[in-house]
Amino acid sequence: MEFNVKIWRQKNAKDKGHFETYHIAGIEEDASFLEMLDILNEQLIREGVDPVAVEKGCKSSGPVSFDHDCREGICGACSLYIDGRAHGPDDHVTTCQLFMRHFKDGATITVEPWRSAAFPVIKDLVVDRGAFDKILQAGGYISVRTGSAQDANNILISHDQAEESMDAAACVGCGACVATCKNGSAMLFVAARVSSLAILPQGRLEAKKRVKAMVAKMDELGFGNCTNTRACEMECPKGISVSHIARLNREFLKAKFSD
Amino acid sequence: MADKLISKIPEGPLAEKWTKRKSEIHLVSPNNKRKLEIIVVGTGLGGASAAASLGELGYNVKVFCISDSPRRAHSIAAQGGINAAKNYQNDNDSVYRLFYDTIKGGDYRAREANVYRLAEVSAAIIDQCVAQGIPFAREYGGYLANRSFGGVQVSRTFYARGQTGQQLLLGAYAALNRQIAAGTVKSYPRYEMLDLVLINGEAKGIIARNLATGKLERFGAHAVVIATGGYGNTYFLSTNAMNSNGSAALQCYKKGAFFANPCFAQIHPTCIPVHGDQQCKLTLMSESLRNDGRIWVPKKMEDVLKLRKHEIKASQIPEEDRDYYLERRYPAFGNLVPRDVASRAAKERCDAGFGVNETGMAVFLDFGEAIQRLGHQRVAERYGNLFDMYEKITASSPWEEPMMIYPAIHYTMGGIWVDYDLMTTIPGLYALGEANFSDHGGNRLGASALMQGLADGYFVIPITIGDYLSKKFSEPKTDTNAPEFAAAEKEVQARIDKLFSIKGKETVDSIHKQLGHIMWNYVGMARDEAGLKKAIAEIKELKAKFYKNVCVPGTQYEFNQELEKALRLEDFFEIGELMAYDALNRNESCGGHFRIESQTEEGEAKRDDANYMYVAAWEYKGEGVEPELHKEPLKYEFIEVKTRNYKD
Repeated sequence: MEFNVKIWRQKNAKDKGHFETYHIAGIEEDASFLEMLDILNEQLIREGVDPVAVEKGCKSSGPVSFDHDCREGICGACSLYIDGRAHGPDDHVTTCQLFMRHFKDGATITVEPWRSAAFPVIKDLVVDRGAFDKILQAGGYISVRTGSAQDANNILISHDQAEESMDAAACVGCGACVATCKNGSAMLFVAARVSSLAILPQGRLEAKKRVKAMVAKMDELGFGNCTNTRACEMECPKGISVSHIARLNREFLKAKFSD
Repeated sequence: MADKLISKIPEGPLAEKWTKRKSEIHLVSPNNKRKLEIIVVGTGLGGASAAASLGELGYNVKVFCISDSPRRAHSIAAQGGINAAKNYQNDNDSVYRLFYDTIKGGDYRAREANVYRLAEVSAAIIDQCVAQGIPFAREYGGYLANRSFGGVQVSRTFYARGQTGQQLLLGAYAALNRQIAAGTVKSYPRYEMLDLVLINGEAKGIIARNLATGKLERFGAHAVVIATGGYGNTYFLSTNAMNSNGSAALQCYKKGAFFANPCFAQIHPTCIPVHGDQQCKLTLMSESLRNDGRIWVPKKMEDVLKLRKHEIKASQIPEEDRDYYLERRYPAFGNLVPRDVASRAAKERCDAGFGVNETGMAVFLDFGEAIQRLGHQRVAERYGNLFDMYEKITASSPWEEPMMIYPAIHYTMGGIWVDYDLMTTIPGLYALGEANFSDHGGNRLGASALMQGLADGYFVIPITIGDYLSKKFSEPKTDTNAPEFAAAEKEVQARIDKLFSIKGKETVDSIHKQLGHIMWNYVGMARDEAGLKKAIAEIKELKAKFYKNVCVPGTQYEFNQELEKALRLEDFFEIGELMAYDALNRNESCGGHFRIESQTEEGEAKRDDANYMYVAAWEYKGEGVEPELHKEPLKYEFIEVKTRNYKD
């Protein structure tokens, strides 16, 4: 297969950035999207040192930087806004699990970083998602010291509760929800953590404090508000439901009114 | 025993060793803990749990990871589960049995005392994780559910769907976040350790590169803890994350830490087969699938040929024409034999010509019978996300046709040599989790990596590090202006400058792929003397080619992934060579290490206890010089050493 790949290039946070388009051929349809980018990078590096290509006017900005790691859809490192969708055209996958068979041969594919004020660009397609860590540091935990836990089976949790908590806990922290939301809201991300802990008896004791601290931090870091468009749920690679946002709202109101 | 290899295993009965050691260890009072600094490198299960627990104790911790967030560490990708000797199933499990299975699974090449301690603390890990809010799978009555894994006959594996590693890591990461918020831990994401700094022979700090700015920075401490995982990516294609690397461990080795059993690499039997040359990463399908999936190839060659031409589907091959070769060869354990055994059996069938895909390098993992027996819903609950993942990657549904799988590099049992306290041969330097060598011997059992990472981080290092630090609290903070730091930084800078100066034409990845081929062909599932010697020679040649012709574009002072990869590849060359030396020395078949020269008539691995019942600890002797072998003899006082038997 062959493609024209139109990619956002930006040297650093201060650079204005621009698109560059590259042609790439000989891609197997079973190749993943990131493998396609790997091959493109090989090509860009070779062109950069090839005197003939350079003479012909190849002024490549060098290989494209993009975040990636596990390539199994679980670490949440990969991002990419592909043809106007977070993680590209396939549903419920991260970019690393997107395969070239989902694209038409010969297509032009547009690749951009996550666009959000809270996620500044570091280089090209790489953004700084440190704001997510900060939200979780504000209260996304249960305060248990190492070694002080009781026997695990002393805390009974119904099968359905565990499953529901797990549904929310499946969040990989990739930031697709923020990138997709027209308001740049992190509500689905925050809701996933709040909800997964709020469902469990262990998490109830600190539930009020947790939800208030996390929401306050989210607001402070410049994320937008939720206006219930549900776009986040549609684009979440793990299919995390907006019902968790509803639970977040209930938890938040409960916490507020109990003040 | 060489002087430096003092294992510090406590005297006395096995079950009392840990208690005894704990009672001997000096304590550090809270006001002194505040004066002490610890560097933790890596934020997987070992690193995150250690940093969180040490911070909670009151030490000043700095924690480093190469990713944009500690939560991305590769522990997150572990699927199937975590073992613990809870005996919740009433199936006669016990600390002893978990210990026994792990020693046996490791083919009698792990330390008894370490493994017993691992089994001993395993139950507390589950308690801790549940208290943290990890949504483990539950029975309808609300109690914790379990499943089985390879190499054992009880159900002791706790799990959270196929995302157990993710949930455990998020638990440790949450504990870490709590300490970061409390100010006891300072987090340095997107930092890569590039050298270890020793002062008067003790570990006192690191040189790290800020990956976002490219700047080299110095960090000092009273002790350094390495928890940077394994070196499976030496093979280029593996189930490891793309950024997983062995560099931190190698830097420690070059500074004098011994590297133990490097040749023990685990080849996992259930990975999605290689599809082509453009691939950069192999995907694991959880071992838990072998609970209900049955592994087979056709009995008849004509069926194999038709399958390869897509003339028939697997489901059309009648039951009597299928060779369930694991059930046939190992009736007692069947599809749940340990990983090394299952991998070699798959290779044996494929080498005999029965591989079921176009490349001839695949076998079937079939859920047809399980779906009939359990029904769609129960199979979906257990494996649904794994089935989805498989279908996304291969465009084939495991509900209709069996999965195709083939072995791939997955985990490295070898690592930095540590004593019972997890201290390396360098005072003040510790190694945890996959980065050390201590618990899995020649082969790791499924669901035991998570157990070891968390055991080391939550329950071992917070105690044992006190023994060293109790002597250090009067020492001032490490001065990063010391000449030792300047010298180390200069060396790192010279390494970087050299890479940029080569200005060759070959990309880092293309050379890494060639290293991968050498490793897989000669230091892979079957090894022999001639091949290993060839590997050493070819790695040296390839390394020379790298220094002549690699191209590292861009500059140091920017986000530069090609530079990151080039620095790691330099280290993979050395690790690859070290693995080959170790494999060459160990002329026996044992666990994941199979020497063609050492097998039974039936083709089973043949161990040589008389000559090789030791830990091979390698000492760095300088650039281009063969490393020196030190031997730590393994003594089995509490377990009878037997030939591993999974047949009856």
